Amino acid sequence: MDKIFEFPFIINFDSEFVDGLVRGFAANNSGFFDSVKSALTALVNSINWVLGYIPWFVMIAIVFLAAWRAQKRLRSGIMYAGLMFIIGLFGLWELMNLTLSIVLAGVFIALLIGLPMGVLISAFGRLNKTVRPILDMMQTMPVFVYLIPAVIFFGMGSASAVIATVIYSMVPAIRLTSLGIRQVDAEVVEAGRSFGSTPAQLLFKVQIPQALPTIMTGINQTLMMAMSMVVTCSMIGARGLGNEVLIAVNRIQISRGFIAGGAVVILAIVLDRLTQGWFDSEESLKG
Amino acid sequence: MRDISDDKDFIIEMQNVSKLYGIRREEAFSMLRKGADKEEVHKKTGVVTALYDVNLKVPRGKIFVIIGLSGSGKSTIVRSFNRLNRPTRGKVLFDGVNIVDMSKKKMREFRREKIAMVFQSFGLMSHRNVLGNVAYGLEVKGIKKQEREAKALEAIELVGLEGLDESSIDSLSGGMRQRVGLARALATDPEVLLMDEPFSALDPLVRDDMQFELLSIQRKLEKTVIFITHDIDEAFKLGDTVAIVRDGRLVQVGTPEEMNANPADEYVERFIESADKAKVMTARNIMIKPKGMVRLKDSVDRALRTMRRHGLSSVFVVDSKLEVKGVISLTEALRAKRKGLKIADVFERDVNIVEPDILVKDLMPMAIDSAYPITIVDKKGRLKGIVTKASVLSCLMMHSNEEQEEDNTHI
Repeated sequence: MDKIFEFPFIINFDSEFVDGLVRGFAANNSGFFDSVKSALTALVNSINWVLGYIPWFVMIAIVFLAAWRAQKRLRSGIMYAGLMFIIGLFGLWELMNLTLSIVLAGVFIALLIGLPMGVLISAFGRLNKTVRPILDMMQTMPVFVYLIPAVIFFGMGSASAVIATVIYSMVPAIRLTSLGIRQVDAEVVEAGRSFGSTPAQLLFKVQIPQALPTIMTGINQTLMMAMSMVVTCSMIGARGLGNEVLIAVNRIQISRGFIAGGAVVILAIVLDRLTQGWFDSEESLKG
Repeated sequence: MRDISDDKDFIIEMQNVSKLYGIRREEAFSMLRKGADKEEVHKKTGVVTALYDVNLKVPRGKIFVIIGLSGSGKSTIVRSFNRLNRPTRGKVLFDGVNIVDMSKKKMREFRREKIAMVFQSFGLMSHRNVLGNVAYGLEVKGIKKQEREAKALEAIELVGLEGLDESSIDSLSGGMRQRVGLARALATDPEVLLMDEPFSALDPLVRDDMQFELLSIQRKLEKTVIFITHDIDEAFKLGDTVAIVRDGRLVQVGTPEEMNANPADEYVERFIESADKAKVMTARNIMIKPKGMVRLKDSVDRALRTMRRHGLSSVFVVDSKLEVKGVISLTEALRAKRKGLKIADVFERDVNIVEPDILVKDLMPMAIDSAYPITIVDKKGRLKGIVTKASVLSCLMMHSNEEQEEDNTHI
């Protein structure tokens, strides 16, 4: 009787063999992966170097002005500057810079790949059908799974963290860019064509500018997704605020965990509001 | 139709143009050749027939109107002229050159130099201001900024939008937006202007203005205009030649007079009859926008300036809520200026104020008595438009003529 509750066949999946293949591939191409790794590490380090050269009060002043400009309210400027000040008060300023450099490097590469991909997909309907399930998979795959190949190919450290961040955060940039372009009013596109635009003129003078609000939302989402990878990435050796949280979990230190976690939240909120604010204010300028 | 043998009189010619959507097109063609209609073809083969075997010639420098119901294929025809829609079969000759199999590069040049289009929902780019939109066609042609902006400004002036070149598209009304669309099309100085139901998204009053504007611009520049509409009144008002399409086929081509005299079939006849709906005209139908008005608080100089600018002999006086208070004439304004009086001291309070739904024949007594135009206001007393004496009289005369004709037929 119990037989019917059992699955009748189970294949003998040789995971060792597959893993071996992947490792072998990584080892055989180590030259390539090493150069990618050193390039990514250099990118993260140089962003961190730049951030390190900005004194804390200058950074807070920048946040203050940007928030004020973006949301057109003095109060927002003071609030977001104050939140940044709190991160500094708890001695997390340098860790925040480390986190920020990995996030920014990841977002930079995600956009570098994602935006052109989105444009390409919008232009070819068939490509859209092929790519959509891949994007779905990228978004729904548990994020920890990305860490394994990242480590195999790039070892522990910030390079792997950037790669994992890129894969996870790239999806909204691709999706919303292609959506934005496909949603441009058909008559506006026809008008562009009717005046003899080349495909490139049509893209850069009509389609992209018209899709800009949606594309900007995609960029904002990419940034937020990258922020959500901060703690996960610390498991493969990304330093910064995420690592603080990880240490606090391992040692069961409640306050340390919440303080570092709070700093991640503050950073995410500030980045979100600043980017969103800029785009909204652009829209309101038009209206 | 008149037979004009000299082909220089025609700028565009369509020869056996068909447009079919679907896979089994060959099969569909042979069915259509045997006289099947488009429903039959669609049921049998799944092919959609947008156009079948259309032949027409567009006279140079005239307004050519294509009229049909929605789905009749009129938009497909107009888009064949600049190949936004490539015909499945047939030739489209522009000055003798077949544009159907032009290379992409040649096509771009053709679109940049020879032909421009105005769209039903305007097709304007909201990320550019008026000037940026109007200059677009010149920009893709690679004309330098200074030159293209100068030309764009000329076009903006031509359509009566001077001073609005820096405005954003979102801040404009529908009528103004379509003026931008028209200016954009005129800016490249094309030979042919394609207009795909350009005024059907506008409200009737604005539509009349725009039709008038288009006519005067066309007469001035003598461009060939191909105009699509579903409104027979509009077609007969604008068209030097009118073509009626139905179910993807051309039914009749001719001047409005020819069509009125000999409709090709019952379909055309019914279409034409629908034009005759204006039996009961109201003030709304014949009112126009007042060219100038002044506020009670404005200076007398301002009133004089307004009159001079628009060439008027009187302007309406409104309060800050646009409620009509009266009218001030040129003589009174000049007297006030001499004696240092204000508008409030001299303006005429006794004007004829009516609501837009009043019948034109009821306006007759007022039109005869009053020295000023009749004022049309909404329920809140705000100025909506004016009706001039001349338009009341001409409207009534037209009607009495029609009635007489009808009486004759009864005898």
